[in-house]
Amino acid sequence: MDVQIWTFIIVGLSFALYIGIAIWSRATSTREFYVAGGGVSPLANGMATAADWMSAASFISMAGLISFMGRDGSMYLMGWTGGYVMLALLLAPYLRKFGKFTVPDFIGDRYYSNTARVVAVFCAIFVSFTYVVGQMKGVGIAFSRFLEVEFTTGVLIGMAIVFFYAVLGGMKGITYTQVAQYCVLIFAYLVPAIFISIMVTGNPIPQFGFGSTTTEAYGGGYLLAKLDAIHTELGFKAYTAGNKSTLDIFCITLALMAGTAGLPHVIIRFFTVPNVKGARKSVGYALIFIAILYTTAPAVAAFARLNMIQTISGRSYESVPAWVKNWEKTKLITIEDKNGDGQMQYLADKNANEVTVDPDIMVLANPEIAKLKPWVAALVAAGGLAAALSTAAGLLLVISTAISHDLLKKTFRPNITDKEELLYARIAAGVAILVSGYFGIHPPDYVAAVVAFAFGLACSSFFPAIFLGIFDKRTNTQGAVSGMIVGIVFTAGYIIYFKFIDTAANIPENWWLGVSPEGIGTIGMIINLVITWCVSRLTPPPPEEVQQMVEDIRIPRGSASPTASH
Amino acid sequence: MQKDLKKYWRTNLRYMTLLLSIWFVVSYGFGILFVDVLDQVQIGGFKLGFWFAQQGSIYVFTILVFVYAWLMNRLDEKYDVDEK
Repeated sequence: MDVQIWTFIIVGLSFALYIGIAIWSRATSTREFYVAGGGVSPLANGMATAADWMSAASFISMAGLISFMGRDGSMYLMGWTGGYVMLALLLAPYLRKFGKFTVPDFIGDRYYSNTARVVAVFCAIFVSFTYVVGQMKGVGIAFSRFLEVEFTTGVLIGMAIVFFYAVLGGMKGITYTQVAQYCVLIFAYLVPAIFISIMVTGNPIPQFGFGSTTTEAYGGGYLLAKLDAIHTELGFKAYTAGNKSTLDIFCITLALMAGTAGLPHVIIRFFTVPNVKGARKSVGYALIFIAILYTTAPAVAAFARLNMIQTISGRSYESVPAWVKNWEKTKLITIEDKNGDGQMQYLADKNANEVTVDPDIMVLANPEIAKLKPWVAALVAAGGLAAALSTAAGLLLVISTAISHDLLKKTFRPNITDKEELLYARIAAGVAILVSGYFGIHPPDYVAAVVAFAFGLACSSFFPAIFLGIFDKRTNTQGAVSGMIVGIVFTAGYIIYFKFIDTAANIPENWWLGVSPEGIGTIGMIINLVITWCVSRLTPPPPEEVQQMVEDIRIPRGSASPTASH
Repeated sequence: MQKDLKKYWRTNLRYMTLLLSIWFVVSYGFGILFVDVLDQVQIGGFKLGFWFAQQGSIYVFTILVFVYAWLMNRLDEKYDVDEK
């Protein structure tokens, strides 16, 4: 059987599984819709969190990016895992004890202000929309490449699936579907990685193969030393050396970490476990499940780099394997014999370089590079779709909750019943899917640029507000609101200037303190923390009952399941 | 009772400070600020700084989260603030 048929079978089976789970886990109350009734086991929640977190970008693009960035790629690896340490120690247990449904809930109650709540709602919606559009586009690409349907049809199929289980099951349906999606995506990631590791180094564990010697066919010698040598020879910087400034790497890593800990769709997951103990443990499980992929990715990156260079560099065009020619058809690899010597030169020097490769293909091409059976390629397609769909669903839930719970129930229409609220939540989820689907089909040009936004804003707005809300009793509305607003305006302004207004100026020489727009969230966060602290000290302390509430969330005893009572 | 809770909170903050220092050292220290120094040390096929940046820090992160959960569960029981 060929790849096409295998893909239909495997993707079809995985979709049937997701839909089956959705029917089994329908939500019947707002508690089930928002937080899965607060009864998800820490292990299952950990898996769901991992699937929620790892998007199409983690699955498809990250290893490719690292492959081309070498050591600089570490900022993604550390940034997107280290945030969970902050989450576990600084936020998750306390937010679970607080025991409501959403991040704006916490901000609104802790800062006893509907203004703060509404500011938080709009941040949550903006951050989540930014993110979900990219996922929808990823779904469309995966479908169109593997099933050879139109891009638009691909997005529509993806929308229909997510619509089904997000609208029907809410958080409950999403959680249990994500558990299944995690299993699919991690299996799909590891199988080709293990085979490639055996092929390149003879070691079946990629994490060890990464530091081993290469096999005879690759000429022996340590893999990384070999990559460094090849890189230097072709005019690149050594693979294990960095290109970016240390300060910039530092800022980007911190922005990604604090952003991760401040992203509403990640935080909301820890409202679903039964108690505080469960929340602490669940972050650990989530991090294990994430680490399995994140420690494999840099190994895959190094193997792919070696394979790519050895296959192409200095070879004649006729001698390249079929996978190069297959990807050339998609224009993701382009080859141009500039000096007419019949050979392909892959060089750092842009004028002499004859081969350009899109980093996104590295993971997708792995099964072909390792000459694996067609079902493995089909599995990778199913894995990429699982990664994109699970993340999209988690984000859509945040958007629908923000509208039905935070805006309607808590702000504008406090008298609606639980049943009506549930109906609004479903309608909001449905509308959010349609809107994000529309933008998935007609993506704004700046999709890639707005990712910096999502992390920058989460890290310069939510993280300090929640952190100080728990650890500094003296922080009051005036402090938090002014801190959030200045943090957001500063960060957004900096990103908008360099990414949209004057893109030509986006070079290290022009950056403030040498910090790139990707890393500016760190500076925004520091500004926010300082302003919040100072303004809070200059204005009256928060009311007694709020201070009591802070005392209360600091101890686990008395953590009821998230209540629907308001 | 009130005094006990203060002590509970202070111990919690001490645990956090300790674990977050380790978190900072393995990632920002070993993986970013002092990566070139550590890269002088070669273990197997890895330069040490590079290994921390792309592998080691992630392993340590995972261990830290479980250690904190274990420490806090013990502390909750000691101060009788755990969930019944």
